[in-house]
Amino acid sequence: MLTAQWLYGLTGCLIVALGLRAALLHTSLLQRVVAVNVMGAGVFLMLIAVAYRGPEALPDPVPHALVLTGIVVAVSATALALALARRLTAEQNDG
Amino acid sequence: MNWDAWLPLLVVASSVLPGLVIFFLREGSHGLRTTLNLAGASLKLVLVGILIWGVFHEHVYETRWTLAPGLELVLQADTLSVLFVSLSTLLWLVTTVYAVGYLENSPHRSRFFGFFSLCVSATVGLALAGNLFTFVIFYELLTLATYPLVAHRGTPEALRGARIYLGYTLGGGMLLLIGSVWLHVIAGPTAFVEGGLLSRLPVDYHPQLQVIFLLLITGLGVKAALVPLHGWLPQAMVAPAPVSALLHAVAVVKAGAFGIVRVVYDVYGVQFADQLGLLTALGIAAAVTIVYGSVKALFQDNLKKRLAYSTVSQVSYIALGTAILGPIGTIGGLVHLVHQGVMKITLFFSAGNYAETLGVHRVSEMNGVGRRMPATTLAFTVAALGMIGIPPVAGFVSKWYLGLGAVEAGMAAWVMPVLLTSSALNAAYFLPVLYRAWFRSPGPAWPAEHIAATRFETAGALLWPPVVTATLALAAGLFAAAPYSPLEWAKLIAQREYGL
Amino acid sequence: MADALIWSVVTPLAGALLTLLLPRPATAVVMATGLATTVAAGSLLYGVGTQGAMLYEIGGWTAGLGIALRADALSALLLTMTALVVLAASVYSSVYLSKTSERTRFWPLWLLLWTALNALLLSADLFNLYVTLELMGLSAVALAALAGKPAAVQAALRYLLVGLLGSMLFLAGVTLIYAGYGTLDMASLARTVEAGPVAWTALALMTAGLLLKTALFPLHFWLPPAHASAPAPVSAVLSALVVKAAFYLVLRLWLDVFAELVTTTAADLLGVLGAGAVLWGSWCALRAERLKLLAAYSTVAQLGYLFLFLPVLQALPPGPARDLAMGGLVILALTHGFAKAGLFLAIGVVQQRAGHDTIRELDGTAQRLPATTFAIALAGVALIGLPPSGAFLGKWQLLAGSVATGQWLWLVVTAIGSLLAAAYIFRVLGHAFGHRAYPNRPVTIAREEWPALLLTATAAVVLGLAGAPVWKLLEGGA
Repeated sequence: MLTAQWLYGLTGCLIVALGLRAALLHTSLLQRVVAVNVMGAGVFLMLIAVAYRGPEALPDPVPHALVLTGIVVAVSATALALALARRLTAEQNDG
Repeated sequence: MNWDAWLPLLVVASSVLPGLVIFFLREGSHGLRTTLNLAGASLKLVLVGILIWGVFHEHVYETRWTLAPGLELVLQADTLSVLFVSLSTLLWLVTTVYAVGYLENSPHRSRFFGFFSLCVSATVGLALAGNLFTFVIFYELLTLATYPLVAHRGTPEALRGARIYLGYTLGGGMLLLIGSVWLHVIAGPTAFVEGGLLSRLPVDYHPQLQVIFLLLITGLGVKAALVPLHGWLPQAMVAPAPVSALLHAVAVVKAGAFGIVRVVYDVYGVQFADQLGLLTALGIAAAVTIVYGSVKALFQDNLKKRLAYSTVSQVSYIALGTAILGPIGTIGGLVHLVHQGVMKITLFFSAGNYAETLGVHRVSEMNGVGRRMPATTLAFTVAALGMIGIPPVAGFVSKWYLGLGAVEAGMAAWVMPVLLTSSALNAAYFLPVLYRAWFRSPGPAWPAEHIAATRFETAGALLWPPVVTATLALAAGLFAAAPYSPLEWAKLIAQREYGL
Repeated sequence: MADALIWSVVTPLAGALLTLLLPRPATAVVMATGLATTVAAGSLLYGVGTQGAMLYEIGGWTAGLGIALRADALSALLLTMTALVVLAASVYSSVYLSKTSERTRFWPLWLLLWTALNALLLSADLFNLYVTLELMGLSAVALAALAGKPAAVQAALRYLLVGLLGSMLFLAGVTLIYAGYGTLDMASLARTVEAGPVAWTALALMTAGLLLKTALFPLHFWLPPAHASAPAPVSAVLSALVVKAAFYLVLRLWLDVFAELVTTTAADLLGVLGAGAVLWGSWCALRAERLKLLAAYSTVAQLGYLFLFLPVLQALPPGPARDLAMGGLVILALTHGFAKAGLFLAIGVVQQRAGHDTIRELDGTAQRLPATTFAIALAGVALIGLPPSGAFLGKWQLLAGSVATGQWLWLVVTAIGSLLAAAYIFRVLGHAFGHRAYPNRPVTIAREEWPALLLTATAAVVLGLAGAPVWKLLEGGA
């Protein structure tokens, strides 16, 4: 039976798969960074789907905590990646 | 303080500790370095003397240290280890004196003597190894300690020779390791016990034991220079003469031969090895090596290379003795371990003297050298006669026992021709050298006279070692029946191995 | 005694913050932090040795709700190795990084990396592992890029992307586990997990992510450039500790949490990849032109040996033979950690002296630095697996396990790998022998050369001769 939970969960998996494909196939740095972020988004969606405990009950807070932590980590990592990329293009333009 | 447990360890430590200190000495501290070397060597000699006395009276000396569950480092003194340890210790002392003289004013002496000491420590540890695991450890340590000695001069030839040496010995070490691990898995910790423990295994294991034997002997055969694994030996001649002397008489080649003896007698047991058909295989390999080495020696003009091939041939007498079933063959092989060591080191010392004093490296340059350097050439003559097997030099004793043992074991049909051919070939490549040295007139000038003739023909430190060892070779033959002689000791070992 | 668990994590973290706030006495702060953390690690090891596995619940929250730290013999041993290696490398770095500006940026990241390593080794639940993996990855990348040169930045960027990819896969696996079992605590999962599509997919995803991070062939492509362009102390920690932390996680998952699921085929697959790593890594190391590249490829190869243990452990039934093999695995990992760290530190000294690390032009430098060359020789002995190093004992157990289970392929691969290692090590050492006499001064820069010497001596001698307690610890403290 295709409930909403399953729909969200599978969508999350699909997004992860698409992100993975993009990360492996594209060669441009920026595209790869975005692809990894897309993968992250997919995983977060999966986690949110897992948090569903039924129409009446409150959702499970643990996966929500995981998603929040994950977002923080993803943002920091993306920031580092972009900073390094910027440094790299600056060096290449100078040198 | 349980001295019995510490003594084997002290014997090894008596050269490790001076060696480590020597590494840090400045190049110029000639006196301190020599003192440390000689002090360590003398101490070791004293300790070995105690061991000899103790083992003769059935004392047990054993050091144990667990490295991992089921893997124990064991140093023990039994009759066979004492034979090899005393040879190594005595010859190390003599070689140290020689090396001090030979390397005067060459660079990197601290590094040389440091690794020299470590080399002897590895040899002594190998001799005292009480199980196959310990033996393998010291076998590999020996490779590590000798590489810097072969590469010492740092020239491209030296490095190339060292690389070839390393390739052969590490490859052999790997085969030895695999064989040992395999044996360990099927038979548990393989302690060296007279008569061997493997005969107790069920019959299904016999094919595996045969393959393991092949692996072990091949691994050991690299260092023992069994054909076709001998390729490193002539290449390693690039090393300075003291290194060639040590490697060929005492350390590396003997370690391989000693290992073969240990495997056949104390791991498999000679009767069991014969049962599995392994002695025949070993005997054939030994016979081929004996003849091949002698033939190749015939065609070498470079003196050290000629001696190298002679070593290839002569060390296989030990393997041959091992392959002959029966106490007399065993005695022949074991006693040759000592005799060949003393004789060969004399030959190498003399060769080194010719090179250092007169710049003579080739046999063709040796005309009349007996007149210029009579003592050295006399030592060379004694040793060469021993190699051929002429009484009363020690070599005769070993060949006699080998021949007799072959007759007893019913193997005379093919062993005797090998022995006779080899002796004839030995004569063929030694006698012309002796003839040239004594009976030909020298040329107008020596290739490069480094050391002028004073009252003595060459430097003291270079002269006395070959004289001493030649005297020992003669004495070992003349006094073979005296107590504590190599022959008597070999008889003791054979007694205990065969349970007589 | 259980407090040692939290101190091991908090001390380097506090140190990182202090060095950020007090840049001037930073070196002193780092040394104090280093010593304190090493003491904590040591007492942890002692505690595990005497009492067995230890548990610490942060804030008093019980498992399932809060974050717990758990130490058993394996993590305690790796924690102690981490502490000693980082301490030695810190002493080294205080001299190696001569410019103050370099050091102010270096120390906080360095101590954060240490925090992440310790936290990873002590984590008791899966999500905490994810967080520590990310922290470790980010600080490692930042440290690797510190040199600033384009090659370094590019390699660091690739390292970052690969790391992120791996972490995402790992997180996907964690999600599946939570979906299937409702808990992330590793101890309770070990009890309740059953073979099934959910668990298998989760394990596959997590393993894939970890294999990327541990640079197992053929996913090793990012490692050589990253480790070869980083500053010497960073390369040391990356090769010796960071990749090993990822391997530790593979071990935890395969042998502990998901032990039920592991099939012979899966273990064999990892073994085959490990074999590829040994052969390909050793071959590339042999052909490397630069010392640092040689060392980096050597890391790829040595990690391969660790993976060769997996099919052997899988095939051995629980009992003394399996314990022997497990101990062999641990001592091999420990020896490699010390040896590789010491090797990179020694190479750093050479590079500083000579201005380059091209192997063919090493002659003069190698002969003028006897202590450093000796350190490289000792590291070489440990990497080849010659006695008396701990690696010899480890390889013996690998060979024995291979023979005992009839899996001869691993024996052949180990033999060939060791001989190749001998070839590339002695290729370097050959340059230490020359025909000109150099003045005989053993140690030139004490604070740089002694750490390298001590680390490699530990690998080549101490672990080999005094390694028996490792087996005892693993038996008792697991």
